[in-house]
Amino acid sequence: MTTVSITHFLVLSALLFCLGVYGVLARRNAVAVLMGVELMLNAANINFLAFWKYSPSGSMEGQVFVLIVITVAAAEAAVGLAIVLNLFRHFRTIDVDQADVMKW
Amino acid sequence: MVEYVWLIIAFPAAAFLIICAAFLPERRARFAPFVLITALSGCTVVALLALKAAAQAQHMPGLNEAVEAVWLEIGDLKISVGTLVDPLSATMMVVVSVVSLLIQIYSMGYMKGDPGYGRYFAYMSLFTTSMLGLVVSSSLLELYVFWELVGLCSYLLIGFWYRKPEAASAAKKAFVVTRFGDVGFLIGIIWLSRATGTFDFVAIEQLVKSGALASVGLTWIALLIFSGAVGKSAQFPLHVWLPDAMEGPTPVSALIHAATMVAAGVYLVARMYTLIQAAPYAHDVIAVIGGITALLAASIALAQDDIKRVLAYSTISQLGYMMLALGIGGYFGGVFHLVTHAFFKALLFLCAGSVIHALGTNNLSEMGGLYGRMKVTAITCLIGALALSGVAPFSGFFSKDAVLAAALFTPGADLPRQIIHYPLFVLALFVVFLTAFYMFRLWFLAFAGRPTEVTEPAQPVPTAGRGPRKRQQAKPPLTAVIEPVQHRVHESPKRMTIPMVVLAILAAISGLGLMTWFGHFLGQKYEGSHGMAGYLVMVVSSLVAFGGIWTAWRWYGKQAPAAERFEAMRLHSFLRNKWYIDQGYAWFVRQVVLVGATVFAWIDRHIVNGFVDGAAWLTGWLGARVRRWQTGQLQWYAMVIFLGVVLGVIAMTWLRVHEWPWGWSAPR
Repeated sequence: MTTVSITHFLVLSALLFCLGVYGVLARRNAVAVLMGVELMLNAANINFLAFWKYSPSGSMEGQVFVLIVITVAAAEAAVGLAIVLNLFRHFRTIDVDQADVMKW
Repeated sequence: MVEYVWLIIAFPAAAFLIICAAFLPERRARFAPFVLITALSGCTVVALLALKAAAQAQHMPGLNEAVEAVWLEIGDLKISVGTLVDPLSATMMVVVSVVSLLIQIYSMGYMKGDPGYGRYFAYMSLFTTSMLGLVVSSSLLELYVFWELVGLCSYLLIGFWYRKPEAASAAKKAFVVTRFGDVGFLIGIIWLSRATGTFDFVAIEQLVKSGALASVGLTWIALLIFSGAVGKSAQFPLHVWLPDAMEGPTPVSALIHAATMVAAGVYLVARMYTLIQAAPYAHDVIAVIGGITALLAASIALAQDDIKRVLAYSTISQLGYMMLALGIGGYFGGVFHLVTHAFFKALLFLCAGSVIHALGTNNLSEMGGLYGRMKVTAITCLIGALALSGVAPFSGFFSKDAVLAAALFTPGADLPRQIIHYPLFVLALFVVFLTAFYMFRLWFLAFAGRPTEVTEPAQPVPTAGRGPRKRQQAKPPLTAVIEPVQHRVHESPKRMTIPMVVLAILAAISGLGLMTWFGHFLGQKYEGSHGMAGYLVMVVSSLVAFGGIWTAWRWYGKQAPAAERFEAMRLHSFLRNKWYIDQGYAWFVRQVVLVGATVFAWIDRHIVNGFVDGAAWLTGWLGARVRRWQTGQLQWYAMVIFLGVVLGVIAMTWLRVHEWPWGWSAPR
C-alpha cells in the first residue's frame, strides 16, 4: 500500500460534494435538501483540513476555518429547519416542488 | 428726456394691470376707460416730449441713441433692450398715442352697455402697451416680442364677441395668416443677427452703411424681414385676414386694423430702410408687392356692400401704397402717408362705427339719406373721404402726391429701375381714381339720397322667448309694420362725435401743416418740389381724384344706369368675390394641404408609430417568454446557479491556457 496523499483527501471531498449537490438539486424532501447542503459544507471542511495538513507553513488557519464553518452550518441548519417547519405549516407538505407559488 | 421714454410703455401697462385687478367685473367696469385714458394722456405728453427731443437732436448727433440695458448674456451673445428715439419712432409714438387716446374716448360711447366693457379696455390697454413698445424698441428682437404681442391683442380683440362664430373664426384666421409672415420674419432676424452679431438697429444700420454686410445674402434677409411686414400689414398674398378682422368692434378696427397695428409692417420696413435699400432687388420686390396690393384691394373695394369691408380693403390698398413708396425709394412719402392715413382712416372707421351704432347694420344698401339725421358724422366722414381720395388741401393729397412724385422722380433711378417705376406710377395713379370712386360710392350710398325703404319685418307678434331677439323689438306691434329703420336714427353721443371732430381736423390739416416740416424732420426733401413737373403731378393726380368722385356721384349720387350695368357685369361679381382668392386658398387647403396631411397622418400612424409600438410589442413578447424561467422552484434556481459556476470554472480554466478574446488581459 502506498501512503495516503492529498489526492485521496481531495477525491473524497469531491465525491462528498457531488453527493451534496445531488441532494440539493434532486431530492424533493426539504430536509434532504438541507442535508445535501451539510454534505457540501463538510466536503469543503475536508478540503480545508487536507490543505492544512499538507501545507508546510504550520499555521492554524485551516482548523480555524473549519470551526467557523461548523458553527455557521449549525446556525444555517437551525434557520433552514425553521423555514421547513413553516413550509409544512403552510402547505401541509415539505415537498419543495409544491412550494412554487412565487413564480410568474 | 430720452431716458424717460420707457414711461410710454409703463403707463398703459400699469393701466392694464389696474383694470385687470380692479375693473373687470361688470358693476365696476365703468371706471376702466378713465384709467386707460389717464395713462394715454401721459403717453401723449411723453410722445410729444420725445418728438421735441428728436427734433433737437438732429443738430446734436448722439442724443437719439438708444438707452439700453442688458437683458441677458449667453456666451458671446449679448441681448439688450432699450428705447430708441429718432424722428421715425417719435412720429409713430405721437400718432399711436393720440389716435389711441381719441379712440378710447369714442369707445366709451360705442361699447356702452356691452357685458365685456372692462375686458375691452383691458385688451385695449394691453394693445397700446405693445404697440408703443414696438415703436420704441431699439433692437429687432425686442421689436419682435412686441410684434407678437400686438398680434395677440389683435386676435383677442377681433374675437372680442367670441360667442359669435364668425368673430371667433375671423380671429383665428388673422392669427394663423399673420403667422406665415412671422415665421419668415423670425428666420430673417436670426439670419441677420448671425451675420452681424447684434440685434441693435443703430449698430445694424452702421454695419450696412460701412458695407461690411455685402456678402451675407442681404437680399434674402431683407425679403424675410419684409415677409413679416406682408403678414402684419396685410399685403398680397397674405391680405385675406384683414377684411375678416372687421368682425371685431369698430373702434378696434379703427385703432388696430387701420391706424396702428397694420401700419407696423410699414414701420418695420421704414425702420430697416437702410438695409433694404442696400439689398439688391429687395426694394423692387417690395414696390411691386405694394403696387399689386394697392390695385387688388382697391378694385375689390368697389364691389363690397359692407361699409367696414369697403374701409378694410381701402386700408389694405393704402398700406400697399406705403409699401410701394418705400420700395421705390420714397421714404418720406411712405412714412408721411402712414401718418396721414392713420388719422383719416381712423376717422373713417369711427364714422362707420357711428353709422353702425345708430342703424344696427353694416350693409350699405340699407343706408342712405343719413345726412339729414347725422350731420356731424356725415361731414367728418366727408372730410375723411376727401383726405383719402387725395383732394387738396386735405392731408391725403400731400402724402399721396409725395408717393406719386417719388415714383416719378426718385433720384438716381437708372434705366432698368425706371422700367419698374413708370408702370408703378401709372398703377398708383389708377388706384387714386379707384380710391376716390369707392370712397364716394360709400359716402353717397350712406349719406346722400333718400332713406332706403327698409322696413321692420312685418311679422306676427312674436311670442316671448321664441326666436332670436331683434333690435328694439319692444315696441307696440301695430306701429311696427312699415316704419323705415331711419326714422329712429339719431346722431351719436358727444363722446363719440368729439373724437371724430378732432380726427377730422387732424385729417384736414396735418398734410398742409406738416408737409415741409416733416420732410425736413425725417431728413429728406419733400419729393413734390420738382418744379413744373412736380406741379404737373399734383394737377394730374387731383384731376384723377376728381374724376373718381364725379363718377361716383354720377353712378351712386344720381343713380345713373351705368351703375346698374356695372353691377350686372361679370367683372363686378369677380370683384365682389374678392378675385376668388379666399376660395383659392380654401381649395388649396382642402385639395393639397388636407390630402397631404392625410398621407402624413397615415405615415405617422403606421410607420413612425409602428416603430414605437413595435419596440413595446417586442419587449412584451420577449418578456412573456423569458418570465417562464421564473418557475418558483427552488431547485431550478439552484441548478442554474450551479451550472453558472461550472461554466465559470470551465471558462477560467480555458482562459489560463488560451488567449483572452477581444484583447482583454488576464487579471493579475
